[in-house]
Amino acid sequence: MTAYERYKAKKRAMRAHTWAEMKKHKVLYLFLLPFFLIFATFTLAPVVMSLGLSFTYFNVLETPRFIGFQNYFNLFLSDDIFLIALRNTLILAVITGPVGYICAFLFAWFINELPRFVRAFVTLVFYAPTIAGAAFLVWALIFTGDAMGYLNANLIRLGVISKPVLWLTDTEYMMPVIIIVVLWMSLGAGFLAFIAGLSTIDEALYEAGLVDGVKNRWQELWFITLPNMQGMLMFGAVMAIMASFAVGEVTQNLAGFPSTDYAVHTVVNHLVDYGAIRFEMGYASAIATILFIAMIYTKVLVGKFISKIGR
Amino acid sequence: MQIDRQGYAITKKRRRNLRAVRKPNRSLGGDIFIWFILVLFGAFFAFPLVFAINNAFKPLNEIFIFPPNLFVINPTMGNVQDLFIIMSRSWVTFTRYLFNTVFITVAGTVGHLFVASLGAYAVSKYEFPGSKFFFGLIITTLMFNQFVMQIPNFLILAQLNWIDTYWAVVIPAFGMPMGFFLLKQFMDTVPISLVESAKIDGASEWLIYSRIVMPLVKPALLTAMIFAVQGLWNNPQSLLIHTEQLKTLPLAITQIIGSPHAPNVARAGVNAAGILVMMVVPISLFVGAQSNILKTMASSGIKE
Repeated sequence: MTAYERYKAKKRAMRAHTWAEMKKHKVLYLFLLPFFLIFATFTLAPVVMSLGLSFTYFNVLETPRFIGFQNYFNLFLSDDIFLIALRNTLILAVITGPVGYICAFLFAWFINELPRFVRAFVTLVFYAPTIAGAAFLVWALIFTGDAMGYLNANLIRLGVISKPVLWLTDTEYMMPVIIIVVLWMSLGAGFLAFIAGLSTIDEALYEAGLVDGVKNRWQELWFITLPNMQGMLMFGAVMAIMASFAVGEVTQNLAGFPSTDYAVHTVVNHLVDYGAIRFEMGYASAIATILFIAMIYTKVLVGKFISKIGR
Repeated sequence: MQIDRQGYAITKKRRRNLRAVRKPNRSLGGDIFIWFILVLFGAFFAFPLVFAINNAFKPLNEIFIFPPNLFVINPTMGNVQDLFIIMSRSWVTFTRYLFNTVFITVAGTVGHLFVASLGAYAVSKYEFPGSKFFFGLIITTLMFNQFVMQIPNFLILAQLNWIDTYWAVVIPAFGMPMGFFLLKQFMDTVPISLVESAKIDGASEWLIYSRIVMPLVKPALLTAMIFAVQGLWNNPQSLLIHTEQLKTLPLAITQIIGSPHAPNVARAGVNAAGILVMMVVPISLFVGAQSNILKTMASSGIKE
């Protein structure tokens, strides 16, 4: 038997084995089927469709027309506003992603050091903004641009400023304001995972660490806590990536759509503009595809980093 | 009576002493620092919510007072009453909105829990061709929220002719990856020996799933339920349902609140009450289920 024949035979045997395995577990495929069908239709198919449509011109009325990479060329070479949106989204992601992530972990870690009876309450205080939904509209009252706005009125009363600041329409202040609001409302499910993860680490590990010469809580964190929480850290990272790349609702509601000089126009805003207003679905799909790629790439990068912790 | 590792009985007095001992490696300065940071940032996180709650109970003259106050002086229920009066005068009745909300939430959540737990059981307890790959897909799609996918989603729902029906919101909710993820991770903590011994006794997969595994993953079911309800409550799918009689309560309230960029000054009090109603529901659900949610999240770690 030649090497090629051996290879063929081996492959055939493997395929037969897989098929036998699949037959053996056919009930399980039946169990998974209902979820898979719905998940595939409303989560996988949209991603694949975005990819496919991004190579077409599609205005919903006519059938999509294949135009190759034209949408991508247009996005990067002739759409100035997309480049602004991309820059804004990257600024938001680079700042709110890591800062929000680290804050979520530090807050969770600090809360875990508190006496048991206050933990539940403090957890609620920090997590409430994430789930409070429309409550972020309150920031619009706080940052109102006239002298009646809560922040302006109090800063004037204290003598810090002499005339009201247009927090949400002056390009100089819009980005920092949006960053503050996004950080406020996006501790997210990762925060809960951190709190839960910290409380389940075996106490015996800390006792062993004490014997081995761990001197303070920071060393405890680096050598014992973090390496035992890599799974949670990854989950938190996935949640942080989701929250930080998809900023759009907040900017639209607080700074307007479009915002002054597109100062806080994000990629998601741009996507809504072309998808839901101009009905250029091919172009909008190209924008969505770029977001997917950016998110997946970031996840891989973060995963590599997290696997190095505590080594 | 409890016995400790050395075999001594743990009396009440000894337990008190054990608790009184500080954890090792903790300095007083560090404790003070932690309290300081938590109080400082806690104030930042709580402030807008406190402001929102107070606003809802301010009479109109206090809402427009200059300089503005954080706390209400003469609390009134007027704003909340006004909100309900406006809603009751709308040509679609309040009970209709409520029915829509309850129907969409219950149908979406029940279906989601059933479908997701069934699939999660298969992936968690067995390894079969494709199971690992499928779970990898779930983890990746946790990152893609609906804002990024709204356009193809709209096209698909339009193809199915579901736009402007309950199903546009209910059926996609069945397939949310988050609930599947949490249920699968939590099921991983159920010992496989339980499943195997039931199998030896001749139980079918369905029996093992429904009688053995499901009762053991109640915290995860509750958590997935709370997340599903919050998702349905916080994302009024205005693109997908536009007939007024089919809209949900959150969507109706959002319409009354309006956008901060075209502020309805005459209804400032009602807006504040609307924001309050919008945030009370998800927050109280979380408070009720907090211990179960944390129990579930303890198994949420992703192994690469």
